Amino acid sequence: MTSIDLAERAGQTPGAARRPGFTEPNETTLAWLLVLPSLLIILGIKLYPLAYSLWLSGFKVSVLSPVARYVGTDNYVALLTNPNFQASLGRTLYFTVASLVIQMVLGISIALVLNTPFRGRTFVRALVLLPWAVPTVVNAVLWQWIYHPQFGALNGLLNLVGLIDQNVQWLGSPYLAMNMVILADTWKTLPLYVIMFLAALQTVPDELHQAAAVDGAGFWKRFVHVTLPFLKPTMVVVLVLRTMETFRVFDIIFLMTAGGPAGSTTVIGYYAYLEAFRNLNFGAGAAAANIIVFSVALISLAYLRLLRTRAFD
Amino acid sequence: MIVTRSTHLQRVALYAAVSAIVLWTLAPFYWMLVSSVSEQRDLFSFPPVWFPRTISFERFWQLLGIGSLGDIDEETARPARLFRSALLNSVIVCGITTIVGLTIGTTAAYAYARLRFSFSRYLMALTVMVHMLPPIATVIPLYILLRKIGLLNQLSGLILVYAALSVTYVVWVMNGYFRTIPRELEDAARIDGCSRMGALFRVVLPIVVPGLIATGILVFITTWNEFLYVLVLVNDPANKTVPAMIAEFSTQDQIKYGMIMTGGIIVSLPPVLLALIFQRRLISGLTAGAIKG
Repeated sequence: MTSIDLAERAGQTPGAARRPGFTEPNETTLAWLLVLPSLLIILGIKLYPLAYSLWLSGFKVSVLSPVARYVGTDNYVALLTNPNFQASLGRTLYFTVASLVIQMVLGISIALVLNTPFRGRTFVRALVLLPWAVPTVVNAVLWQWIYHPQFGALNGLLNLVGLIDQNVQWLGSPYLAMNMVILADTWKTLPLYVIMFLAALQTVPDELHQAAAVDGAGFWKRFVHVTLPFLKPTMVVVLVLRTMETFRVFDIIFLMTAGGPAGSTTVIGYYAYLEAFRNLNFGAGAAAANIIVFSVALISLAYLRLLRTRAFD
Repeated sequence: MIVTRSTHLQRVALYAAVSAIVLWTLAPFYWMLVSSVSEQRDLFSFPPVWFPRTISFERFWQLLGIGSLGDIDEETARPARLFRSALLNSVIVCGITTIVGLTIGTTAAYAYARLRFSFSRYLMALTVMVHMLPPIATVIPLYILLRKIGLLNQLSGLILVYAALSVTYVVWVMNGYFRTIPRELEDAARIDGCSRMGALFRVVLPIVVPGLIATGILVFITTWNEFLYVLVLVNDPANKTVPAMIAEFSTQDQIKYGMIMTGGIIVSLPPVLLALIFQRRLISGLTAGAIKG
């Protein structure tokens, strides 16, 4: 490469650089070539199925009656007026709200503890992450075994410390089952909250805490007035992420309770699955799935508005 | 230094809280391990045997097919064989998904971060929105579509579906990594005669390797743990991945908890070890991805 060459290149805009004997496609062509594979996959495996699902939900279609019959919004109307579906919607809301409240409080508390210096802190922080990596399926069967009415560790433990004198059917009673599933889910999902809030806590300037301490503010006052404002943006992000997950919860329900006992843990994710793959009613199943998508989209938008208007005041 | 009463109490409270956190985290792991190595009669006794006097790793050898299988009955040998084939399926599916997802996703993410072309902002937003779609939204139509083209019950069908799952995630996260690299680095390389792709491969990619590793591991763990799609799209026991296989064992009439816990440990090992080894990178990946969205 001659120096004239270089000088010439240096004068050009970076987009015009060429290697001898090889003409690089221009920026636009190259960009399309690079994004095309991903767009094809999104189109074929996400958008087309989504459109298909919207179409399906307007039809009475099942394996048993292969000829689809157009029914308009009937599937949606039938679902929304069906007491069973309404109940499953209510259970989903309960699962979502209870999970988020418990996990938010525990997550922030644990992050605060792990943000305080103590011996072995790095080790404990590494440890706390581990349940997050355990597959949901394993988490479900593990807690099912812990909750076992006859030989379970939970009954054994509570017996040992004298809190119960008779074994409890943790997953066998309608009132307990949902809460026990939430507890099992909390074990696996809590690490996500902890690492998010630990990251957020790093943004709190030390001087603020010291100033507040000098002013005589106690632990609680310092938390509310100094720390909490810095955690708010992360709280909204975690709320959005986790609401999307809890609202569509399926795996752990399928494995731990199969919607029971007496339908007491049938959330909408499981309802949609049953409708489509047990009752083989694809139209109604698709309608139920679409209701989940709409709800999640609405809730996320609401949170994001909240983030814009309130979190930064 | 004078240790006041109140700071002393605070230390005690702190260590009590830390112990509670450690106990809550480790106790289920401990119980899974104890259940996998306990004798059958210890396993099914009440009150539970917290510290088994005799332990044996026999269930691990049986499941993994190590050593002589001659002394196990067909009732145990069949599920063990299925478990091993599921393990292999999981490795194949997750390996291919991770490689495909990283390749396709990273190139797209680079284009969105660096190149000017029409609709690029909308397409990027679309990709992120598609990533937010709950799996239940597409599982019913995908079941019908894959059945039509004969990919139901096939590993290839599953890989196709998982590729879509991972590509959107990779585009989202890697886009964030590319944006943190100063443009001047690339410009300098291009002035030195690098083509755009040359600059990408020689200058930009080496810088984002930590990001690529974190993203790849997250994709691998997510795919390894995925359950809904494989449950619906693969019915043939020979083509199931491990989560589906464990689910099948756990819903059988007579649940062998010892075996299930053993299987659970084996399945959890790859993601848990990856999380442990790449902890720092994963955490930065998880928090960055979430906050940049």
